[in-house]
Amino acid sequence: MKKFLAILLIAGLISSISLVGCKSEKGTIKIGAILAVTGGASFLGAPEARTAEMVVEEINAGGGINGKQIELIIKDSAANPEKAISFAKQLIEEDNVAAIIGPSTSGETMQIKDICESYKVPLVSCAAAEAIVNPVAKYVFKTPQKDSYVAKWIFKTMNSLGIKKIAVIAANTGFGNAGKGQLEKYASEFGIEIAIAETYDKAATDLTALLTKVNSKEVDAVVNWSIVPAQSIVAKNMKQLGMDEALFQSHGFGNIKYVEAAGKAAEGIIFPAGRLLVAEKLPDSHPQKKNLAAYKTAYESKYNEDVSAFGGHAYDAIMLVIEALKKSGSSERDDIRDALESISGFAGTGGVFSFSSSDHNGLGMDSLEILTVRNGQFDFLNK
Amino acid sequence: MGAEQILQYIFAGITVGSIYAFVAIGYNIIYNTTGIINFAQGEFVMLGGMTAYSLSGFIPLFPAIILAVLITAAIGGVIENVFIRRMRKTSVFGMIVITIGLSILLREAALYIWDEQIRALPFFTGSEISSVNILGARISPQVLWVLGVTAVIVAGLYLFLKFTLTGQAMRACSENSRAAKLCGIRTDRMVNLSFMLSAGIGALGGCVLSPLTQTHYGMGTDLAIKGFTVAILGGLGNPIAAVAAGLLLGLIESFSISILPMAYKDVISVIILLIILIVKPSGIFGSRQAASLKDF
Repeated sequence: MKKFLAILLIAGLISSISLVGCKSEKGTIKIGAILAVTGGASFLGAPEARTAEMVVEEINAGGGINGKQIELIIKDSAANPEKAISFAKQLIEEDNVAAIIGPSTSGETMQIKDICESYKVPLVSCAAAEAIVNPVAKYVFKTPQKDSYVAKWIFKTMNSLGIKKIAVIAANTGFGNAGKGQLEKYASEFGIEIAIAETYDKAATDLTALLTKVNSKEVDAVVNWSIVPAQSIVAKNMKQLGMDEALFQSHGFGNIKYVEAAGKAAEGIIFPAGRLLVAEKLPDSHPQKKNLAAYKTAYESKYNEDVSAFGGHAYDAIMLVIEALKKSGSSERDDIRDALESISGFAGTGGVFSFSSSDHNGLGMDSLEILTVRNGQFDFLNK
Repeated sequence: MGAEQILQYIFAGITVGSIYAFVAIGYNIIYNTTGIINFAQGEFVMLGGMTAYSLSGFIPLFPAIILAVLITAAIGGVIENVFIRRMRKTSVFGMIVITIGLSILLREAALYIWDEQIRALPFFTGSEISSVNILGARISPQVLWVLGVTAVIVAGLYLFLKFTLTGQAMRACSENSRAAKLCGIRTDRMVNLSFMLSAGIGALGGCVLSPLTQTHYGMGTDLAIKGFTVAILGGLGNPIAAVAAGLLLGLIESFSISILPMAYKDVISVIILLIILIVKPSGIFGSRQAASLKDF
């Protein structure tokens, strides 16, 4: 029996080797994806993975790129930077991918940035932190809007609403800390005083005590910067404490599930985000309208769930790689990188991308809109 | 700090403490009959909330909760039957490792059955924005529900374990499983019952807590760690002590936030836990003699 099993095992190994051999023939272009499909950031990674799969399926059904089919290899990092590192090496060395999209979180992206640089593999990250592209790394790009833009939009809105003194609370994640840093950096520029800045655990289930402390500082508004479900808890706890100060959130709030979980408490929350969430409310003349509507309809009919800004970041990442493949007509890593950098006026879900050698995010301040929650729906703050 | 604010911090502490306490109760029941710590307890809480949420799409909220509790209790029973019972010869530590494996299994199954999104049951009384005003401080009506349900469960458990024949048999199993068997008690049934009871109570917790904490597939781990801390702090084996310890830890955390940045909250609670365990290794309310008789 043991001998039989051993033979079976060897046979299996041989056949898998030969399978790998088949795949690496000239007919396909391999694109790697490191996404946090499970774990603490699955709110980001799961819709991102679904989006990437959907896009690649569509492209392949339409005959592929440059006559070649695309093979998407998705690795689930569970938001763990160590896993992201080993998957990055595996994708580059073993799978020999042409480019990598992801990771979902800023912490992971920062960890694999140097790996992609030294192996000269183009990386299009779906994570938000500005440090990913500032300073610019030759092979590293990212699709979400810079967090400094988000911070500036929040302060601009505060200026127009006459808000002067604020509290900043953030989750203890890479995203939360980076956002808190940006808010603290730009506050004085807009004449805004941060009376208290605190971080909370990303798994926090109740923030009443923290908000009691915030309440004692008599602020005009609270800014919460996180991607975790605590975004809904903050809103609920504030209302339960009878706090009627304005609540601002980061672009991490771009998921309708958070609005549903917060229920009535979500009404009036103000946050900057890309236009995907309000695609149907855009005028037809807007350059992004066509792409946004196409992605939204395709995703929602295929997966029967609402689109989120995060799935949109992956949509942009994979579409940009595909655009670069088309543009260069090659599947060599360096050609893809050069083509990526030369992309200009590409309308995605996050905005209109125009990369250059000094800007690997490619988006301007105008890629964001100030949104609010009205009757349980995302809407423009100023109609 | 004004009196009103102190009261508000107390309420905040009670809110968090009631969440911890609810999870901690479940640990004690299984520990009492088997001597093992069931690290899948947090997953029972998650399953309860998730199941009730899905059922509430078809039937009213309260029947949905009752059904969710029964379903989760049944899952607890099946788990004991399939995994724990067949591993009886394994050491206590081996069993604990099995429960950790089970927690991963349940979590991944939940991710597969539902998805990664968060869900929340509606508030039982009022809504997300309502709160009860007591002497100028505010508390969500849902916290009062949690406290009420916790009180009922603790009282019910006490009466059950003290005065019913089954309850006494369960306690006998925890005192000495072999002696209990010699007295004619079906110990395996008692262990099975304790898993069902613990899963059911966890599920009920998941439903009552869901409006406050929200429910998603991965919530169990973090709840389990805090619940375990509280169970140890109170003294393993005593559900009432777990509730007291839960509220105590909640209050400590709440007041630590009032003076120090919130980032230090867990550091402070861990330091206090360590001090208590050094001074009194059997927990605040635990008996030293009883603890010395246990494996763990």
